[in-house]
Amino acid sequence: MTVSNATDSALELREITKRFGSVIALDDVSLAVRHGRITALLGENGAGKTTLMRIAFGMIQPDAGWISVNGVRKKLASPSDAIAAGIGMVHQQFSLIPAMTVAENVALGGHGKYSAGQAVATLSEIAERTGLKLDPLARVADLGSADRQKLEILRTLAHDAKLIILDEPTAALTPKDVAELFRQLKSFVSGGGAVVLITHKLADAQEHADDVTVLRRGRVVLSARMSETTRDSLVEAMLGVSPDIESAESNRDFISAGPVASLEAVVLPDDPHRRPVDLQINAGEILGVAALDGAARSLLRALANRSPLLAGRIHLPSRIGFVPENRKDEALIADFSLSENLALANAGSLHGTIDWNAVREDTRRIISDFDVRTSSSEALPAQLSGGNQQRFVLGRELSGNPSMLVLENPTQGLDVNAAIFVHERLRQARNEGTAVVFYSSDLEELADLSDRVAVVTRTAVTLVSPDRDKIGQALLGTLEKDGS
Amino acid sequence: MGAELALLTDSLVRATPLIIAGLAVALAFRGGVFNIGAEGQLLAGAIAATAVSLAGAPVFGRAVVLIALIAASLAGALWAGIAAELRRRFHVLEIISTIMLNFIAIYFVSFLVRGPLQEPTHIYPQTESLDTVARLPVLLPETRLHFGFVLAVGLAVFLSWIFRRTAMGFRIRATGASPLVARMAGRIDVSRTSFLVFLFSGALAGIAGGIEVTGVTFALYENLSPGYGYTAIAVALIAGLNPLGVIASGIFFGVLETGAIALQREFGVPSSIASVIEAVFILAALTLTAVRGRQLLGRASAS
Repeated sequence: MTVSNATDSALELREITKRFGSVIALDDVSLAVRHGRITALLGENGAGKTTLMRIAFGMIQPDAGWISVNGVRKKLASPSDAIAAGIGMVHQQFSLIPAMTVAENVALGGHGKYSAGQAVATLSEIAERTGLKLDPLARVADLGSADRQKLEILRTLAHDAKLIILDEPTAALTPKDVAELFRQLKSFVSGGGAVVLITHKLADAQEHADDVTVLRRGRVVLSARMSETTRDSLVEAMLGVSPDIESAESNRDFISAGPVASLEAVVLPDDPHRRPVDLQINAGEILGVAALDGAARSLLRALANRSPLLAGRIHLPSRIGFVPENRKDEALIADFSLSENLALANAGSLHGTIDWNAVREDTRRIISDFDVRTSSSEALPAQLSGGNQQRFVLGRELSGNPSMLVLENPTQGLDVNAAIFVHERLRQARNEGTAVVFYSSDLEELADLSDRVAVVTRTAVTLVSPDRDKIGQALLGTLEKDGS
Repeated sequence: MGAELALLTDSLVRATPLIIAGLAVALAFRGGVFNIGAEGQLLAGAIAATAVSLAGAPVFGRAVVLIALIAASLAGALWAGIAAELRRRFHVLEIISTIMLNFIAIYFVSFLVRGPLQEPTHIYPQTESLDTVARLPVLLPETRLHFGFVLAVGLAVFLSWIFRRTAMGFRIRATGASPLVARMAGRIDVSRTSFLVFLFSGALAGIAGGIEVTGVTFALYENLSPGYGYTAIAVALIAGLNPLGVIASGIFFGVLETGAIALQREFGVPSSIASVIEAVFILAALTLTAVRGRQLLGRASAS
């Protein structure tokens, strides 16, 4: 590769500082993004990645520092300024209107009249140029998450983006879709475009990015060609410690203390064609649940006593903790403070008055026990990063001393440290006699953490030992029947 | 001095039904129930209070006021209960059903005061006047300020305590803030909670009607309520659905409306100016709420 010069600079952020109240989100951060390259922006949750990119997209104004686009200094006062300057952003949460068609969604944010013909023409022109193809008349509601992601990218291209910022684009995608996404991004940069990839998935970044910048607590700690880094040097930069992840002493020698929950010939409303499920869950074990495309959702919710059965019998303990996949919509009330969200845990069975001083004290205990980084017990969930929200929810669900804890993808979207923390807490709960049932889309995590694994497919539920290959084979239906 | 005192106490008299109906709306909205039917529930309460007072005064003596107010709250709850049951069983939108029930209540009053409950001479479209034992005590002699105002303030303090301190109030707030999280994380029976909220909201509006009859009008007639149940929505919204705030905003609207009537009488200023000012305040309150929400979101993006 040639040495960089002023002309191939797609975007430069210089000496950017941003404060939110007393918190310094970004401290003298500089980032250079070049044409023809994918730049990975790495960092833990709360490191300032998203804030930096929101500044680049004109959504937030920096307190100090300046921005240049294609070598020219620009003031980006709003996202429309950024779009006019050829910058596109794909947010972590999709910003599409499900009831509208692909073409209509692409036209959103444009100017002047909407012409269906023109929108279709734009789309087919882009399809020809980049190979990104979607049926313009399909309704977004009917698209899967991979196609929605594609549509988000198409929309930035339709607005003539030369630089696309993607915030955690692979969070909702299957491995196959991830590969496809990176193929598309590579073809975009080989045509002279530039990509900024915000991620905390090291493997994705290492495999696909050309340059890398690592943020930690609002400062740049590493900025290099990806080829000059190693996995260890990146982890060390992100965490500020050597990656010495030996904490996973696998506690496989569990002693079962008898069943706490059992399912007999259970049929669930979502999957009436599955063979009726018989399953026992024991105290002091971690039962991993593997499934494709949310096939285990209704089973997990039935186990958590949160959704009904179609047929069969289920015996459940009275105290069950539940950590749903969608924290924001199902676990926490946005308008409630942390202490109110804690009180929620047993709100259904409370009587009389609530002693809020005691609740606040319990909240502070969870905040310190579970290392939730927040200003106070009266903070709102939205003021916490995703990892801290998850630690809080986990703390809340464990605080009731449940006999069983059911979790859906408990480490999804968490950074390495937070994930390790969650794993440790689950092992600890197991060792104290709680039955832990967790679903994960990550086979590695299942193999690592589980004592047994239940593989849930559309046709049956199979128990296998916690072995990556065995789980994978059972998922795909290629496990030899050896009567294990 | 006498005129000023009369204006002041008249404002508080006017504020009394606004505060209580405002509490009804605040309770419903906090619990995620869009009860637009305080007007109809208030009339249901007024009907019940009138009927019980007229029939019961000779039997129960002074205790009849209490019985009349209990009957008013039950009638309000019953009237709201129609919409609550329609919502629970058939998912009928309460915004529509409660408005429709308002009209039914209004015309039912017309029917009663021209039919079964009309005064004995059958000249005026109203009921007989309540016996003095069936009337709420007056607070300040020489004024119309009655004990209902104290009840209104007491109910506001009580509701505020329910919201802040009790498990029931917490369940109501959680159900209103997010029914899904309330059910998933809190194991709250959301459908039962909103049903009860609906009934209690109707009961409060019913009490407002009962107090108006036993404290001010002493009879049932058409236009007994100049839209108290609708103004109550504004009262509740401006108070940010906070029960203690409802006292202040209720008094504010009472002063505004009483003042407007006086202004028209004295200076010929159209009293509809009060409605305009009310509308401006509602818009301002809603804008402030929206802006505050945006600020919270802004702070959230710091993560």
